[in-house]
Amino acid sequence: MSNQDLSEVTVTVNGTKIEAQPGEMLIAAADRAGIHIPRFCYHERMSSVGMCRMCLVDVDTGRGPMLQPSCMVPVAEGMVVDTESDDTKRAQEGILEFLLVNHPLDCPVCDKGGECPLQDQTIAYGPGESRFVEEKRHFEKPIPISDLVHLDRERCILCDRCTRFADEIAGDPLIQFTERGNSTQVLTFPDEPFSSYFSGNTVQICPVGALTAAPYRFKARPWDLEETESTCTTCSLGCRISVQSSRNELVRYLGVDVESVNHGWLCDKGRFNFESINSDDRLTTPLVRDPDNQRQLLGTDWGSALAAAAEAIGQVGPQGVGIIGGSRLTNEDAYAWSKMARSVIGTDNIDAQLDDGLPAEIVFGLPPATIADACEADTVLIVGPDLKEELAILHLRLRGAATKGRTKVVQIGPTVTGSESYAQHSIRCQAGEAAKTLTELLGSGDPLAQQLRDGSVVTILGRASMAESADPAISVAAVIRAELPHATFLPALRRGNVRGALDMGLAAGFLPGRVRIDNPSKALLQKWGEIPTEQGLGTTEMLQAAVAGKIDTLVLLGADPLCDFPDRKLAAEAIQKAKTVIAIDNFVTASAAQADIVFPATAYGEQSGTTTNIEGRVSRVTQKITPPGSTRDDWMIATELAWRLGGDLGLTSKEEIWREIEQVAPSHSGITFERVTSDEAHEGILVQQSSIDLTLPVPQDTPIADGYGLRLISGRKLWDGATATAHSPSLQHLAEPPTLKVHPNDLQRLGIPSGSEVRVISTRATENLTAVADSNVQRGTAVLPFNQPGGGANRFIDATAMINDIRIETL
Amino acid sequence: MKFFTEENSSLAEEIIGRYPKPRSAMIPLLHLAQEQEGWVTDEAMAEIAELVGTTSAEVLGTCSFYEMFKRHPVGKYVINICTTMSCALMGAGDLMEHAELRLGVKSGSTTADGMFTLEGAECQAACTEAPCLQVNYRHQYRVTTNQFDALIEELSSSDHEVPEHGVLSQIRQHIPENRFVGVVPPEDVTAAPVWLNDNGSDQ
Ligand code: SF4
Ligand code: SF4
Ligand code: FES
Ligand code: FES
Repeated sequence: MSNQDLSEVTVTVNGTKIEAQPGEMLIAAADRAGIHIPRFCYHERMSSVGMCRMCLVDVDTGRGPMLQPSCMVPVAEGMVVDTESDDTKRAQEGILEFLLVNHPLDCPVCDKGGECPLQDQTIAYGPGESRFVEEKRHFEKPIPISDLVHLDRERCILCDRCTRFADEIAGDPLIQFTERGNSTQVLTFPDEPFSSYFSGNTVQICPVGALTAAPYRFKARPWDLEETESTCTTCSLGCRISVQSSRNELVRYLGVDVESVNHGWLCDKGRFNFESINSDDRLTTPLVRDPDNQRQLLGTDWGSALAAAAEAIGQVGPQGVGIIGGSRLTNEDAYAWSKMARSVIGTDNIDAQLDDGLPAEIVFGLPPATIADACEADTVLIVGPDLKEELAILHLRLRGAATKGRTKVVQIGPTVTGSESYAQHSIRCQAGEAAKTLTELLGSGDPLAQQLRDGSVVTILGRASMAESADPAISVAAVIRAELPHATFLPALRRGNVRGALDMGLAAGFLPGRVRIDNPSKALLQKWGEIPTEQGLGTTEMLQAAVAGKIDTLVLLGADPLCDFPDRKLAAEAIQKAKTVIAIDNFVTASAAQADIVFPATAYGEQSGTTTNIEGRVSRVTQKITPPGSTRDDWMIATELAWRLGGDLGLTSKEEIWREIEQVAPSHSGITFERVTSDEAHEGILVQQSSIDLTLPVPQDTPIADGYGLRLISGRKLWDGATATAHSPSLQHLAEPPTLKVHPNDLQRLGIPSGSEVRVISTRATENLTAVADSNVQRGTAVLPFNQPGGGANRFIDATAMINDIRIETL
Repeated sequence: MKFFTEENSSLAEEIIGRYPKPRSAMIPLLHLAQEQEGWVTDEAMAEIAELVGTTSAEVLGTCSFYEMFKRHPVGKYVINICTTMSCALMGAGDLMEHAELRLGVKSGSTTADGMFTLEGAECQAACTEAPCLQVNYRHQYRVTTNQFDALIEELSSSDHEVPEHGVLSQIRQHIPENRFVGVVPPEDVTAAPVWLNDNGSDQ
């Protein structure tokens, strides 16, 4: 709850005076005062419905005490409340007796047993025995309502939490109360499952064991669970989670309610992909290429793998080494690699992004906004990816702000997105031409232009498509800076700790603390010694240099360019051409399979440290289980390699690394280890300052498409071929195979029936795909998801082009 | 495949047009669907969801709340025998037993020829005329077993006025266009609609 002025209404609860906000529900005021009123249906992040009547209390507003549901009664001055009166107790006993009339009480085989509000409140407030001797109602149990969620209607107490969440919060009203009276039950429509990206939240908020999640069912009992608070690093939003394990295996994540980020919600991808950490496919020992059979990787010991890697790095000059990736790493690991690259190897060829985000200077140089800023702004302008697919909880927060608050969401982009349903305006532009559309809009007399000029504006800026370079997004930034100087920005970067990696200097030309390489702090030079002064290469340039024979050793820091870099052909050639490819990863990814030396790294839940979300918010990730095999933290691999290269990073623990970061990174100064590990870090510590001067280029024109081609638009889907999803048994089948979506008229013009196989031709590749007509796709464009299993759009994309076109032909 | 016939599709559009928010047309459209088919099929609910811009699950939630929307095939004539207090005292139990024997089906089921569905119902607000029943929601008062048999005879012949189950045409209203609220959502309405002033007494 926010700490606004609380001193407006005084209510007496159980003889104690408490302060409450006008309009606030009695139950919420009591909660803040530490007085617990039992409840089932009330949830502080959803609207009150008064379904269960468990929260009845004696309320006296001057006319004598009366039982009223405290979740539906707003506080009023002078209200006298008794939550422990005889009447209240009798009401509570009655309600519980009623609720248990149809409840099966199969606690011994119920996943919720031990952490069940119905169990707990029955013991605390229940009558002890029931007068009901008739037959309870019976249903088939449990029934799957989606691939991930099972429903046991016998246990359901009809609190409306799941259905309310689906409608009000997620915007996917796919589960409903059906029938009436004694037959009321939660159901989906026949053959239309509850396939919401947020379905797992209903399992977490169900106050009984009626909803259970497939990945956790019968895995553990609550009293066997150990838990630690941590931060999700599946995407760059940094939702707070509780990581729970049993017998040294991760079994469940739950959302933790923090005001600044996730409000307790998680997307299903973040919630359930813990399965991948437990996967048998995890990399547990170092691998090297078999000298006798070049197509095979062989297990080896750390000593020889490290020696081989040190040799490969040492024998080429600093300019011959390129380091790609790092967004999987914690801040501390990223710092160690940043230091390793600059002070030991002596190279600035380093980039945490796979040319799929925004240049570091754009991220650092634009006036920053937080998620909360966005949710309080007059207008949120989205020019970037489909947030529902790529930053799911940001989508949820914006949806909440737009549907419950006064924030207006405006999006400009080439495709239909998940934000359409709550956007005030969804302005369709040609691919890569959002800047042009925005300029036209601002130059017009449209009331929207006025709205943008007069009110507060937060821009969510990113790449609308992986088939375009960062230039179109930069052009948008330039227009906004020039025309709407009051607007602030939230970068829509997607990979885990990408923001932290950039902050730690995993970007060519930047040192830890968001400073340019030609402007190192004294403290940094003291710790790092000599460092390169010239800006090095970014990912695309490194891959090009590898193809050109200028980079011989490529280090893949948890990066899989073959799947995640927009241009597969370039990535494949670079990996092929480089003399040595060193991969550090959790799995043998497509790229790691081509590497010469592979190091197994510890994964999420196996290491502690900090992570930074897109706002620049630093929060803790915490170790819960012991890492498998001989995996090591990324920073340890850096120190070991440094030592073998004759250097010394001088880092011996994560704590020590953070202390050094605090000293050398100007933006992080004052954010001490003590603060990062204190209660303050529960909400995360916002690091916003940055001293970059940013000159934005003049917006460039997008090349005109020829009349035969279709402009390729490629975004990511929540369920795609991502490594963690692919290695989670419950999730892997959720990713749909790739289809090319084209406007029906364009297909007709080519004489191609919808659903048929076509030949797709780009400057990079010619391959077959299924083409489907979709009238939501703009004419002249083709939409292909970026990374679906069975073939990604990266085959067709040229990363050096501002925009990519394809042609399709009948077979 | 579309569920609504062409004629009903345009009627559906007209019905939706009467409301400021398409979702408000959900129940009238469910009636329309039931009129077309005699009951509400899954296809109908899915199509209504599309027409009013919501999910099929929401339409199911609404539809299943109401006893009078049937989600399974019913006979041409649905006979509801009141089984509540007054009727029970006046012999509804015997009447039901007789009806079951006469039609050869248990309460809650439909005769094999698809003519009759027999149901027990709650009070039909005609307690002074107990025992009573309804045929497609048309009252029959103080029904004796003989009268019941005669009723079945009559319904089996073509000489009666009871329309088939679901038919609403006799009570359907046609609202003249100038009385439409239009597509303005209620919260945006600032002045009284014009037609309010058409009537002298409103001025
Ligand atoms: S939901 Fe709770 S009370 Fe019900 S069976 Fe499960 S543990 Fe027992
Ligand atoms: S399934 Fe759970 S959350 Fe949903 S209504 Fe039933 S008890 Fe409430
Ligand atoms: S918590 Fe108040 S009625 Fe359910
Ligand atoms: S009891 Fe039968 S009509 Fe009222």
